[in-house]
Amino acid sequence: MYAYIVRRLLLAVPVLIGVSILVFSMVRFIPGDPARVIAGIQAPQSAVERVREEMLLDEPLHTQYFVYMGNLLQGDMGRSAFTRRPVALELYERFPNTLMLTVAAMAIATVLGMGAGIISATKRYSLFDNFVMLLALAGIAIPVFWLGLMMQLLFSVYLGWFPSSGMGSWQHLILPAFTLGLATTALITRITRSSMLDVLGQDYINTARAKGLVERVVVYKHALKNALIPVVTVMGLQFGILLGGAVLTESVFSWPGIGRLLVDSILTRDYPVVQGAVLVLALFFVLINLVVDIIYALLDPRITYGSQEGD
Amino acid sequence: MQKGKLNLQKEKVDQISKLATPKSDTEIRQVWRHLRKNRMAMLGLAILFLFLITSIFAPFLTPHDPIKLDLVNAMQTPSSENLMGTDWQGRDVFSRILYGGRISLAIGFITVFIGLGVGIPVGTLSGYFGGKFDLFIQRLIDIMLAFPGILLAIVVVAILGVGVEQVMVAVGISTIPIYTRLVRGSVLSVKEEGYIKAARGLGIGDLRIILRHVLPNCLGPIIVMSTFRIATSILWAAGLGFLGLGAQPPDPEWGAMLSRGREYMRAAPYLTTFPGMAIFFMVLGFNLIGDGLRDALDPRSRLYR
Repeated sequence: MYAYIVRRLLLAVPVLIGVSILVFSMVRFIPGDPARVIAGIQAPQSAVERVREEMLLDEPLHTQYFVYMGNLLQGDMGRSAFTRRPVALELYERFPNTLMLTVAAMAIATVLGMGAGIISATKRYSLFDNFVMLLALAGIAIPVFWLGLMMQLLFSVYLGWFPSSGMGSWQHLILPAFTLGLATTALITRITRSSMLDVLGQDYINTARAKGLVERVVVYKHALKNALIPVVTVMGLQFGILLGGAVLTESVFSWPGIGRLLVDSILTRDYPVVQGAVLVLALFFVLINLVVDIIYALLDPRITYGSQEGD
Repeated sequence: MQKGKLNLQKEKVDQISKLATPKSDTEIRQVWRHLRKNRMAMLGLAILFLFLITSIFAPFLTPHDPIKLDLVNAMQTPSSENLMGTDWQGRDVFSRILYGGRISLAIGFITVFIGLGVGIPVGTLSGYFGGKFDLFIQRLIDIMLAFPGILLAIVVVAILGVGVEQVMVAVGISTIPIYTRLVRGSVLSVKEEGYIKAARGLGIGDLRIILRHVLPNCLGPIIVMSTFRIATSILWAAGLGFLGLGAQPPDPEWGAMLSRGREYMRAAPYLTTFPGMAIFFMVLGFNLIGDGLRDALDPRSRLYR
């Protein structure tokens, strides 16, 4: 077990190095002088030269990379080409907002999705089941940014229940969190339902019923635990989708998170910030996957801790 | 004499493989029979057919130019003349939606072709031969998949700059790791089948085995995945358009239309409602067909319907 966790941790190292190389190369792929790209289009020539000197941009690429990594490990991600503030500080201020939004969306999706999925599975082909499945189908196809706009239109403009954008009170969180969480809710519902149906058809469930156990105990105690394994796997992947979706949701609701910062920075060609935001989102995602894999191993006693990579 | 016998055996292997291949004529018909019984899949097919027809024949279906300004008629509410109203520059929203379908369909198919074009050869080689190459490719895919969801596409757009072609390349690149992994997985499982081992035992060349026996047996998952990926690509491209990172004005791209339309959301909600619905229904269409194909191609899931 510990061997598995250690192995899984070690596997994350090359990925993280790869991610850092990709982010490092990004500004060098952009046509033009990398020093100019990093300093910003409007920066004076002196600033461009200073960047060139500090980042050793005249040296070979691998030297540049070591300088970049050295700085990065000390928490130095350079300065924004526009605000001139340290990128790390900008990210530090905004990361909790993105975290809050994605966790809230995930919580909504987990509670609603699992609840609806379990009920649907136990009452298969009922009116409730059909309705939920229809919603789930729609939920996956709705563009998250359009859903956001429609939520604003209905709940802010017409009904006036919630503020349409910005951050502050808990009311500000409701619309963006539900918007971001809907697609995941739909997916978790579908997975929970089919996984539940799968498990409920198995012999050991029949045995449990034959023993005379109450249906509630059979469903929630015997079936649910095994039915949850695929759900947890999907949830890990979904966190990535949520982070990606957060970029769009934050833009719709003017939510001051990393996603919106990223988009704004691309539009203003503020590449140090783009690099930092991309790095943080990827890093966060890798960590989540790590945690999910470990939870997965804890949940499923059948998992082989030997070689099961890349399946 | 000996050689002739070997050839005969090779033919036998081919025949056996064909029996196991979902691509033989009867199997296609069988899949279609299952698909036809699936009402949701048929609904999806109908939706897509409608989009295809309206995209191709857009010039004949609407008298209005999707791009030309007509400021006198700006901000007209939906009417018989302008079914979905006109925007702030007097352009007919209905026409723009029809022409926008062309962009979205093109993005969907081209991005998947990029993914398939790289994913099939790389995934096949990786799965079939294994070894150091496989390990290297696996790590590369891990790195690409470390960028959650739409983020990899955004990174590529940040490098290439904004525009429809850039978005196609960006979204296409972000589908590559998914196909590579899928194809590799399918190849790995097919590789262990008896008829492949038999073919190899007979001394049939690797290339021939891959092309005639391995790949045809991996087609099912690839087709299903492609249907879903087209939907995702359309969603992502629209998202990039919405963020201002994709199609630029005056292109009638649905995501970009939404993004500009939101400025008029209070006064003219139809400017945001219709493009959003267009994206929704196109994505829904592909998803419904994908669901249907998966059920039809996966004998196991048939039991659960």
